[in-house]
Amino acid sequence: MSWGQFWDAVTAPRVVASYKLTFGASLLAAAINSVFGLIVAWVLVRYSFPGKRLVDALVDLPFALPTAVAGIALTALYAPNGWIGHYLQDWWGLKVAYTPLGVLVALIFIGLPFIVRTVQPVLEDVEAELEEAAATLGATRWQIFAHVIFPAVLPALLTGFTLAFARAVGEYGSVVFIAGNMPMISEITPLIIITKLEQYDYTGATAVAVVMLVTSFALLLLINYLQWLSRKHNPEK
Amino acid sequence: MSIEVRNVTRAFGNFVAVDNVSFEVASGELMALLSPSGAGKTTLLRIIAGLETADSGQILFHGEDATDTHVGERRVGFVFQHYALFRHMTVFDNIAFGLRVRPRHLRPSREQIRDKVMKLLKLVQLDWLADRYPHQLSGGQRQRIALARALAVEPKVLLLDEPFGALDAKVRKELRAWLRRLHDEIHITSLFVTHDQEEALEVADRVVVMNAGKIEQIGTPQDVVERPATSFVAEFLNLDDHGPAWLVEAKIKHRGYVLAVDKELRHTA
Repeated sequence: MSWGQFWDAVTAPRVVASYKLTFGASLLAAAINSVFGLIVAWVLVRYSFPGKRLVDALVDLPFALPTAVAGIALTALYAPNGWIGHYLQDWWGLKVAYTPLGVLVALIFIGLPFIVRTVQPVLEDVEAELEEAAATLGATRWQIFAHVIFPAVLPALLTGFTLAFARAVGEYGSVVFIAGNMPMISEITPLIIITKLEQYDYTGATAVAVVMLVTSFALLLLINYLQWLSRKHNPEK
Repeated sequence: MSIEVRNVTRAFGNFVAVDNVSFEVASGELMALLSPSGAGKTTLLRIIAGLETADSGQILFHGEDATDTHVGERRVGFVFQHYALFRHMTVFDNIAFGLRVRPRHLRPSREQIRDKVMKLLKLVQLDWLADRYPHQLSGGQRQRIALARALAVEPKVLLLDEPFGALDAKVRKELRAWLRRLHDEIHITSLFVTHDQEEALEVADRVVVMNAGKIEQIGTPQDVVERPATSFVAEFLNLDDHGPAWLVEAKIKHRGYVLAVDKELRHTA
């Protein structure tokens, strides 16, 4: 394969569209999970309620569930005639399954435990005394969160974000069922690689894989740098 | 600004941590709350600060009822045993925190905050540490920074929860002498909790001795040493050898009547 052929293989419009979807949806899913994962971790650490242990266990479900099972289950739920899908369809005319939105839903589902499980122990370590100290100094609840708690969990949150993002970029099983895999619209890069392999286009598959590898590596490097920055001022106790 | 504790009671389940306690800290006084560990003194301090609520009773600052005032509005400086400094902030930012979180119209300007923080750092004699992080300081330095942080918001009263409890013996001695000098300098009404008799007697103007949630005696260090009110005080302060003697449990029988003596009788020599 010459450089020209390589370039053609990795910049074909259909492949480029898949990069956008894969990296875009993965970043967005990791970002959404950072917000909700932090909330879930917060609730699990700070509140006690009936069924807490069950919820705590359910968080790990995406880890334990075979991805194909997750994919099929999500598709059944979000299909236009599914439990959730038909409400979304009727009320807002929103289509989730077989669209890029479906890809996002699947990536959010598999990424959540990464955030919760990395943030949870750190949050448990934030002593209640720090919040009390801030309260006696006149800080409001929001100020306590923004200036005391959030900076303490930020490194862990970035780690969780990285893990969720990395997992989402490589995710295959749960996505291909719900995505519908329409070229240019809801086709993810890992699927393109598989398709090329099935067509015995080994060099083409490898070329696309190289682009994924390099991009993922660059993004992870960037996130790790951010993490290093945030950790620099957040040393051991 | 005086602190008045009026009939405060607080129970955790069956355990009564603070049992109908009343006392007053006079304006400008440095008072110690002395009792063995687990005798409810920290709970009482937290109730005064507003970090904990009492089951019944009142807290008054300068005669004004503050029982239902939110912790952020009580204007109390609170110093924790384990410092509770914000780890991701420099010493400077830690001390400035209370000023920076004020609503915009009450917030001092940058220069004013700077001056104030530097003044406080000088007061606690650590002005060269402004740009360090808490983990780069020794325990004694951390506690002094925590004190400066509490003083930054110009609290009406200062509450210290076992402030020297996490320090080693030598630093503890230095620091309590330093606290005494500091108090002589700024005269803020202060109440500190300790289980160390020596510390209480050496530092405080007056001492409240508590046991099992109740007050045993209130008095100057000289008072409690020379005239311990109960056998507990004498025992706790290690005064057995030269103090008075007590009759603790006794029954008086007379023609079939039995009178139990439930109060301690002190032998006055």
